[in-house]
Amino acid sequence: MMDHQNLIPQLYRQEYSKMVSVLCSRFGIDQIDAAEDIVSETFLSAAETWGLKGVPDNPVAWLYKVARNNTLNGLKHDQVFRQHVVGELVHRSPPTVEPGLDLSPQNITDSQLQMLFAVCHPSIPVEAQVSLALRVLCGFSIDEIAQALLTTKANINKRLYRAKERLRSENIPLTMPDNTALNARLDAVLITLYLLFNEGYYSASPDNILRKDFCLEAMRLVYFLTECPDKTRASTARPDVYALLALMCFQASRFNARVSPRGDLVLYEQQDTSLWDMELVNRGNSFFVLACTQSNLSRYHLEAAIAWWHTHQDESTEKWENILRLYNQLLIGQYSPMAALNRAYAFSRVYGKKKAIREAEALDLTGSLFYHSLLGDLYTGLDDGKAGQHLEKALELSGTPAERALLSTRLGALNTIKK
Amino acid sequence: MKEFALIFRVSPNLAADVSPAEMQQRMTAWMNWMGGIAARDRLVNGGNRLGVKGSKWVGQDKVVSDGPYTEIKEFINGFIIVKGETVDEAVEMARECPILMGGAGKVEVRPLVTPDNNE
Repeated sequence: MMDHQNLIPQLYRQEYSKMVSVLCSRFGIDQIDAAEDIVSETFLSAAETWGLKGVPDNPVAWLYKVARNNTLNGLKHDQVFRQHVVGELVHRSPPTVEPGLDLSPQNITDSQLQMLFAVCHPSIPVEAQVSLALRVLCGFSIDEIAQALLTTKANINKRLYRAKERLRSENIPLTMPDNTALNARLDAVLITLYLLFNEGYYSASPDNILRKDFCLEAMRLVYFLTECPDKTRASTARPDVYALLALMCFQASRFNARVSPRGDLVLYEQQDTSLWDMELVNRGNSFFVLACTQSNLSRYHLEAAIAWWHTHQDESTEKWENILRLYNQLLIGQYSPMAALNRAYAFSRVYGKKKAIREAEALDLTGSLFYHSLLGDLYTGLDDGKAGQHLEKALELSGTPAERALLSTRLGALNTIKK
Repeated sequence: MKEFALIFRVSPNLAADVSPAEMQQRMTAWMNWMGGIAARDRLVNGGNRLGVKGSKWVGQDKVVSDGPYTEIKEFINGFIIVKGETVDEAVEMARECPILMGGAGKVEVRPLVTPDNNE
């Protein structure tokens, strides 16, 4: 048996979202603060009690029992809670019965899915959605969220407050959208989960384990969408959901190779390919097969295909020709500055640096760190003076120690060549 | 920014006899050209390519005849919509169009008529 000091954080991550979701589905999403308090109190009791008396045989059942009791106590003692909720309870259930918390696996799953759709409601600003998802769907602490998103706790609290205000003021119901609305709402859910993954993947936070956890949680939630079959409504296991999952698997397969043991960022070309997680690539392949059951291609399909080519270790012409073709397709569908820069890089791998400089400079993204960093790379060997200027500019724009370290190394290498 | 249609015109006799490898090459050139415009956030609409086979011509007298190629020397085979500050910007994009390589066709640049631009 694991001792309680390790067990509690693990259970917290695992059960927090389920307990909050079930409580909210019972008492309404406007009671989300009360629900979070009850769950936090429950874990506090666990920490105290398990420390003194040892871990119970079935810790999860213990947590749910205490959460149920805390809810009951909340009903008895808390005036606000009493005014808002008890009145309704009296109508809904026989007076002698304790508040019926349905803790069946089916209800837990349903509640979590409903919560996912509520959190990703289009009326909540996307930035706040991501913070709220990390908090109530993934069980990360405010500290952890602030650390990974490189901002302050006060900032995260503000975002959470705003998101919850919006949940209340817009009267967002904790139910699944009906079939006519489901597709559009699922689009919004996917955008949030895609951002959530990217927050973990591209965050410059030095806490690698935490960043990886963000990615894994995003993947868990997308996977969750694929395995919630319900004959009574349209499926959330759409082909583009599988495509997003495949994309995440392909990207995450390089997670361990992207950062050196010292914590430095390692660029794609310099990565130790033996650190690429081929099992995750294989899983991504299986999901991608499931994504390709229909002929229409979403941007997640294109991005997954790009990520798939990146999992190939041999630097064939075919590889970069395909990556360029896919970036062309992606951009023709929808513009994004990051895709435009990545396209210019792929262009350099197919047609050489000289032609790619023309493409890159036409993007007119002066003032973007990645723009100057890319031009620094493209000019290296052709015009080292210009390469240096761009790298200096990028260094000025870089925000984190890891980025600065990488650029300084490249500048250093450039100066050595010049001499 | 103003919007412009880039309309592709080709001569009927130039469309035939292209090897698969050449076809592939042309496709790549087109994708790179359109991708380049999109990468600068200047593509408004990828438009459509227009087929030749099975197309009809309906005349003033409502007489239906085959194809565009029996009536005219060149026909429209597609269009895209781009945006730019001036027509010169749109012209610069058109100058890079792969249709101009090998003298196969021309690009017509036309401003879109909008409520605030109906010249």
